[in-house]
Amino acid sequence: MTDLKERVVPIDTTGDAPPRWTVPQPVRDAGKHLGLVVLAIVMLYPVIWMVVSSLRPSSEIFRSPGLVLDSFEARNYSDGWDALSSPFGHFLTNSAIVVLGCIIGNLVSCSMAAYAFARLEFTAKKLWFGLMLGTIMLPIHVIIVPQYIMFSNLGWVNTFLPLIVPKLLATDAFFVFLMVQFIRGLPKELDEAARIDGAGHPRIFLRVILPLMLPALATTTIFTFIWTWNDFFSQLIYLTDPEMYTVPVALRSFVDATVATSWGSMFAMSVVSLLPIFLAFLIGQRYLVKGIATTGIK
Amino acid sequence: MSAIGELQRLSAAKGSPPRKRDNKAAFLFLLPWFAGLVLITAGPVAASLLLGFTDYNLLQPPEFNGLENWTRMLGDERLHQSLLVTFKYVLISVPLQLAAALGLAMLLDRGLRGLSFYRSAFYLPSLLGSSVAIAVLWRQIFGAEGLLNQLLDLFGIQGRGWISDPDTALSTLIVLNVWTFGAPMVIFLAGLRQIPAMYYEAASVDGAGRFTQFRKITLPLLSPIIFFNLVLQIIHAFQSFTQAFVVSAGTGGPSDSTLFYTLYLYQRGFNNFDMGYASALAWLLLLIIAAFTAVNFWAAKKWVFYDD
Repeated sequence: MTDLKERVVPIDTTGDAPPRWTVPQPVRDAGKHLGLVVLAIVMLYPVIWMVVSSLRPSSEIFRSPGLVLDSFEARNYSDGWDALSSPFGHFLTNSAIVVLGCIIGNLVSCSMAAYAFARLEFTAKKLWFGLMLGTIMLPIHVIIVPQYIMFSNLGWVNTFLPLIVPKLLATDAFFVFLMVQFIRGLPKELDEAARIDGAGHPRIFLRVILPLMLPALATTTIFTFIWTWNDFFSQLIYLTDPEMYTVPVALRSFVDATVATSWGSMFAMSVVSLLPIFLAFLIGQRYLVKGIATTGIK
Repeated sequence: MSAIGELQRLSAAKGSPPRKRDNKAAFLFLLPWFAGLVLITAGPVAASLLLGFTDYNLLQPPEFNGLENWTRMLGDERLHQSLLVTFKYVLISVPLQLAAALGLAMLLDRGLRGLSFYRSAFYLPSLLGSSVAIAVLWRQIFGAEGLLNQLLDLFGIQGRGWISDPDTALSTLIVLNVWTFGAPMVIFLAGLRQIPAMYYEAASVDGAGRFTQFRKITLPLLSPIIFFNLVLQIIHAFQSFTQAFVVSAGTGGPSDSTLFYTLYLYQRGFNNFDMGYASALAWLLLLIIAAFTAVNFWAAKKWVFYDD
């Protein structure tokens, strides 16, 4: 809309040009900042409110939309921590094990596949590469039934294996693609030099390429961390024994078990479950932004 | 720059001259990926196609039943409802989300101070949005005595149980998806950076207003990225599961108003262990997503502008 207003400039008939009738730049910028800050607050308000509410007595959650704490109440946290069959720390540990396994799996398997796609020539490479890209868009729901049947026949239900083993097999094609893009950007002369020195592909990969692709590995690590930590669908399907629950599955059972009775402790554990994501975001922001900008992943 | 651009290029490229091949090394490096393709991705895709023509409950061996699963879909009213809910969700939330993403990206572009602060603030919800914790929060906010109604109360407006009312339950999930516009926004921001500033300078010398500049410069040059975001977010939205599951306690209620397709598939497969039917449903989902993507690619010829 502003552009229309701007274009209606009083026609200068006198000859000594009066200033164009527009809002001065500093004022416009201030307005823009004000709007953006208000929007940012509106967007983050629910999350901040949840954090604040988790520190209030449960009864107050339904009465105080404000963000100011009158008193500091840690009881929700101690209540929530012990509300389920195991202390919440147990679920945090389970999630941490799954996340760690997935990170290692992705780093090893995706970087190997990426090296082959970026640097080696082989039969029907285009076909394989196209297939790999195609699997990026494959919904997990399409493969979950046969996968479940296979893992259940192997006796892997209620273990972490169905969550970790696929990552060891480079099935997160996103990261293969991200790493391929990165390796393509590295100068080929480095490989050639190593080859002249007598290095084979495993050596070039380990000694030349891997050390140079640390930023791509960092991006992969952070995204794997956040996605696996948040992942609910496959953890819900494969982990049905409360002993094996990860954080999202535990939180969900918490919700269904205690509806409307203890929002305070539920909020408290929700905050606990979001904390690692938030920390990963703070630490890895640079890589996250780079990662989505180059591959468009979420 | 993107996986989609890469796919388009692959399909257009002609065979390159043969070079020295390292089949043995490539095989070793690709071994894990190859095993994953057979066992975890492509293999199960084929297996679920076959299972879609069987009756299978995990206990007895699968029994071939011809087209029964597929004809059953025609009369399955909950399936129709889930399709309706999912289409509504995708077709409303994705355009809104992308419009918000593009609008904010344009506001943030052009050397605004504090860019990284705003970018972080708007991006954070994208990371949190798919978690169970945020779904729990949503359940409170839009509940009968939730945060939204408390706020409305301050203005003397009588609220309602947004989640318990079938007319509004889905809207709360649409709001949640729009809330996560930060990820496409970051992609738009990266795209806007690629547009040379001199285009705008030249246009403005020629007397083009902001709106004309947007229409004639920004939109065409950004169209590949808009297209990319559109394809990706549609695929993504079709797969939404967690929020509907947590908000409705796994039922898709009230009155199946939040019965996402994936939720229905989960219920059939993993509550009823109706694995044959669930496999057929999975394939239908794949076909629907493929059809949407194909239409998108087809329509792209009309509006996406490629510089090279």
